[in-house]
Amino acid sequence: MAAGCACQTTEEKSLPYAQLDEVIAKYRGEAAAIIAILQDVQELIGYIPKQSIAYMAEKLHVSPAKIYGIVTFYAQFRLAPVGRFNLMVCEGTACHVNGAKSLTRAISDELNIAGGETTEDGMFTLERVACVGCCSLAPVIVVDGEAYANMTPAQVRRLIGQLREKEQSAGEAQIAKEEL
Amino acid sequence: MQGKTVVKVGLSTCGIAAGGQKTYAALAREITKHGLDVELRRTGCIGMCYIEPIVEIISPVGENDYYGAVTEDKAVQLVEEHLLKSVPPYGLQVSHEKENVFSKQVRVALRNCGDIDPESISDYRSRGGYESLRKALLEMSPEQVIGEMLASGLRGRGGAGFLTGLKWRFTRAAKGEIKYLVCNADEGDPGAFMDRSIIEGDPHAVLEGMLLAAYAIGASVGYVYVRAEYPLAIVRLEKAIEAAREAGFLGENILGTNFNFILKIKKGAGAFVCGEETALLASLEGERGMPRLKPPFPAEQGLWKKPTCINNVETFANVPWIILNGGDKFKAYGTEKSSGTKVFALAGKIRRGGLIEVPMGITLREIVFEVGGGIPGGKNFKGIQLGGPSGGCVPESLLDTPVDYESIVKTGAIVGSGGMIVMDETTCMVDMARFFLNFAQNESCGKCTHCRVGTKRMLEILVRITEGKAQLEELDLLYELALEVKEGSLCGLGQTAPNPVLTTLKYFREEYETHLRERKCPAKVCRELLSYTIDAASCTGCGLCTRRCPTAAITGEKKAVHIISQEMCVRCGNCYDACKVNAVLVE
Repeated sequence: MAAGCACQTTEEKSLPYAQLDEVIAKYRGEAAAIIAILQDVQELIGYIPKQSIAYMAEKLHVSPAKIYGIVTFYAQFRLAPVGRFNLMVCEGTACHVNGAKSLTRAISDELNIAGGETTEDGMFTLERVACVGCCSLAPVIVVDGEAYANMTPAQVRRLIGQLREKEQSAGEAQIAKEEL
Repeated sequence: MQGKTVVKVGLSTCGIAAGGQKTYAALAREITKHGLDVELRRTGCIGMCYIEPIVEIISPVGENDYYGAVTEDKAVQLVEEHLLKSVPPYGLQVSHEKENVFSKQVRVALRNCGDIDPESISDYRSRGGYESLRKALLEMSPEQVIGEMLASGLRGRGGAGFLTGLKWRFTRAAKGEIKYLVCNADEGDPGAFMDRSIIEGDPHAVLEGMLLAAYAIGASVGYVYVRAEYPLAIVRLEKAIEAAREAGFLGENILGTNFNFILKIKKGAGAFVCGEETALLASLEGERGMPRLKPPFPAEQGLWKKPTCINNVETFANVPWIILNGGDKFKAYGTEKSSGTKVFALAGKIRRGGLIEVPMGITLREIVFEVGGGIPGGKNFKGIQLGGPSGGCVPESLLDTPVDYESIVKTGAIVGSGGMIVMDETTCMVDMARFFLNFAQNESCGKCTHCRVGTKRMLEILVRITEGKAQLEELDLLYELALEVKEGSLCGLGQTAPNPVLTTLKYFREEYETHLRERKCPAKVCRELLSYTIDAASCTGCGLCTRRCPTAAITGEKKAVHIISQEMCVRCGNCYDACKVNAVLVE
């Protein structure tokens, strides 16, 4: 059981303990592999739930503070889940020079969220990243691993609409399927 | 292979982002449909990222044609016209363009990029791959390998520019049974993608370079520390390691000698400071990536306190070429103190953005205007940022500066890892300084007070300047702080973080002063200093701007000219972005 906190939160109950154990076992419980373990856990759950930190700390014989310190030090790790669509706005130098800020602003304005936040319906997250390395296509937005090149604020707004539609029609298809 | 037409598609991150996979699929489909006897292959980045996806068609007699911006539908056209009718579609041809881009280039580190299939070890071997390893293991002593590296004069391509051969000699001389070799592929400089392209385009060159280094210093275990943000690079590296192991180039008793070497990939988790070698080592050990004091240098006490040699991706990619062709041949390129060639990533306001490799000593002007094709849209050149957030901005008056380590440092910038961002008249230099400082501030690990707090205070001043809230005297304070941060920081991040501010203050001081004295941004970038009005002659009264305005500052009847209330306007710029007829004016 998780160390430190005796209360059973819903989050804790839903943690996939068996899979967490597998990840830890894969790295033979070595504390030096914390970063790799965290990367696997994030791949598994989508983020690093706070309760998983306490659990891993106990298994790896380190303090939760140490793991928390690592999680918050590296940009890759997230302590909260992301939305269905993670809108990654590249704010690297080339994108900045070519107007990345106006893209961030357009998303913020359209969805009413700031960088790092997720919309209430859990559909979109706005993530501002340093550089995705497609500098010649600046400004770039990456969604679900697909890069959208030479974007304008108007195109960003259109993209959000398209993604929303896509998700809705997928949802309706799912419902129709279930009804059958 | 002779007697067959070969079609190659550039499939690196930039090519894929531009739709290269769809092009590849369309080509495959069309070739099968027409039953053509054509070999379709994937390759890495040729460097002309601005016209990706790029397709190269090589005729059975070896003549090649390059095509740019080949989208899915253009791929169909290409198959029908070039392959079926043998009438090359000239509208898509970029062969001439390629000649222009390549005319000043000398490709050593990039020798195979955009040519071979990065996922095929036999392709790499057909270009002399792993021959240097054979030569070194069977004919040369480790000392001779180091000697050859010293003769080449190759300096570390990661930024600091330390002599590679010397680093190897120190690590070889260090006492210890176990020694480690580390490849730094944590390319964090925003706006630079040299290392990514090399790994994606020619991963075996990096592996072979590492094998040669391991042999020279006496290491049997190596790590590649690569950014998690580069998934394709990681996949190609994994495949390359697997193929090299199967071919007997990795593992035990390599090529029948008693040389053993195993290689592991470690994924970074996103921290710019991990490009600093001691921070990188801390991260490899599973800690927060915080730099430590040197000495002891990693060559004496590195990973797990064992002697460790850390080199950058591009450095390793040069090594096999140097061992095969001789250090002297590498030294024949470049200048006396900065020998050889260097890869640069050209981006920003440039016509032909992409990856280039040029001999050291070439001038910035040649790079920007001859290789890069100058500024698009008839705008004027303003400056070029070298070395990313650790570097500086070089103005037009210094464009004839030769690109070598010493000359660039004299301008206040650094060669760095090779990122070059071109800026034109629409770029605000105060905003750029703010951008870089914001980056450095975010990435400061927090260990040193000067870096942690100093950069924050500097950033606050810059923000106030761009918002029109600062006083002229604060420029002196900014300058003073910049010097303090440089002096009071332990590692390269803090020591160089003020460089963008110092160089823009030195070369573009009048732009700072205009922000402060007149509360105006000449490049029209700093929104708080702009005023938005609607041009009555072009406004169609469509109402788009009204709907986007967050403060209801825009009024007007439908189909009548709209007006922006200056009192209510918060200068967000939404109306400017929204207007389809460019009726919103900015001053």
